[in-house]
Amino acid sequence: MVKNINPDLSVKIGKLCLRNPVMVASGTFGYAEEFSGFMDLKKLGAVVTKTVTVNPRPGNIPPRTCETPSGMLNSIGLENPGIDKFIKEKLPFLKKLGIPVIVSISAETDPREFQSLVEKLESIDSVSAIELNISCPNMQKDKLISQDARETYSVVKTVRGMTGKCLIAKLSPNVTSISEIALAAEEAGSDAVAMINTLAGMSIDVKKRSPKIGSWAGGLSGPAIRPVAVRMVWEAYKKINIPIIGMGGIMDTQSALEFIIAGASAVSVGTANFVNPATSLEIISGLERYMRDNRISNLDGIIGKLQACV
Amino acid sequence: MAAAQLKVKIISHKKVNGAFRLLEFDSALVAKNASPGQFLEIKVCDNGFPLLRRPISIHGVKGSKVKVIYEVVGEGTRILSGRKPGDFLDVIGPLGNGFGYTVKRPGASRDILVAGGLGVAPLVFLAEKMKMNKNLVLIGARNKGQILCRSEFKDLGFKVFVATDDGSAGFNGKVTELLKEILSDASGERPGNIYACGPQPMLKAVAGISGEEGIPCQLSLERHMACGFGACLGCAVSTKSGYKRVCKEGPVFAAGELTW
Repeated sequence: MVKNINPDLSVKIGKLCLRNPVMVASGTFGYAEEFSGFMDLKKLGAVVTKTVTVNPRPGNIPPRTCETPSGMLNSIGLENPGIDKFIKEKLPFLKKLGIPVIVSISAETDPREFQSLVEKLESIDSVSAIELNISCPNMQKDKLISQDARETYSVVKTVRGMTGKCLIAKLSPNVTSISEIALAAEEAGSDAVAMINTLAGMSIDVKKRSPKIGSWAGGLSGPAIRPVAVRMVWEAYKKINIPIIGMGGIMDTQSALEFIIAGASAVSVGTANFVNPATSLEIISGLERYMRDNRISNLDGIIGKLQACV
Repeated sequence: MAAAQLKVKIISHKKVNGAFRLLEFDSALVAKNASPGQFLEIKVCDNGFPLLRRPISIHGVKGSKVKVIYEVVGEGTRILSGRKPGDFLDVIGPLGNGFGYTVKRPGASRDILVAGGLGVAPLVFLAEKMKMNKNLVLIGARNKGQILCRSEFKDLGFKVFVATDDGSAGFNGKVTELLKEILSDASGERPGNIYACGPQPMLKAVAGISGEEGIPCQLSLERHMACGFGACLGCAVSTKSGYKRVCKEGPVFAAGELTW
């Protein structure tokens, strides 16, 4: 008789140890409290918060979302209460969960805002990692930080010098070469890259001849973008040595596995949280089953284990 | 009351008229927790297209039975309309903040309900809960065939007025013009409250009228939603105190709170 395997789902992202590789993507999970009625949050690998900025942001003009073929567009515009209110009102709940809390932060106008944000988070023990959102497409900017390798390097480098916490750079897919940007983040000292943020997109109501989103264009997410995201994870995996947190249209175990096989050490569930709040937990048990069925004892047996077509 | 994600069994599913459908499912939990004006997020398919749940307001509750009315307008509702009694539905709810109301005592002042199209759905539920009688409901519709729930309101002791855009039944014109006319009738009793649900232009007009008349008014709004439970911040509406989430702080708002 073959001995049953008890799969080990744990994974390390920098010095951050996750019990399992499934987290939830920034902006799709609020500050976790919104989901407490639907699932056991303590089972998640980690929570990534809605992006926080120095000052409170009211967000973009509505309508802010619309549905598209197998996906959706959003232009929320980083609505958030600001870092001080976040620390005071949102963090205590997250702390109580006892799972790693990754705080997503962004600058509104000046990259130096990242420094003030990191200064405030650095001394807080319950903040396990910091995700640099340098890729939000809904800030009415001509160019995002993560659309420029030098800018990416400079922001990550500065922040790296200020914090010993695990640092994750969240990258935009709206670039010519994703590996060039991922390399810049790695060289600047990022512990990991999270990819991908949403793809810039637009949808038009032909009856009204107006965009379906109040700020004209938005960010595309959902299963529609999954092949784009998987390809980018695969591209980056070939070039960088730091872990990749893969995301983009993950809806179930199968789609999470695509990312892991392409090279992601961990995955984030995003838009699927809106459709089925318990998706991430279903993926955790699905991964365990997959590993048991395929007699794989730990995630290293899957990560990047892509083979050519036969 | 806390919302839950549930698999519920469809008890009945039938055509009301035209593209309108009445669906009843069994859920003691939703039935117990639901209050008028709250809604459900119903999953219409499993293959990702269409991707998002459909927010549909609760039309009524009887024992452990929950009723919703919806209109088949697109792919999502078309798929939903194919579900048969005995099938299971994935629903999240009850969601949002419903109408603020007090159960009526005899002699209490009269209230007016104003419904546009499918806007009747939560107002029937409200009427049942408030145990109102001698009250008025104004139902607006595009034409005679689109008037919904007239008999439900009559059975609850309501005086029903109808307005149609094409004049095929009742008042010829907008339901808001009818509301104005009724309020300007000096012999009529002044209403204590106005409750309205319907399309955005109608709600805006009702807000204007109630503001001019100084009558407290609650409006149930409809917005495109991605999650329905406060996480995505997609269904923001502009209010005097900044953006509010229609799914969480709403869908019912005091008319005076909104900025148009």
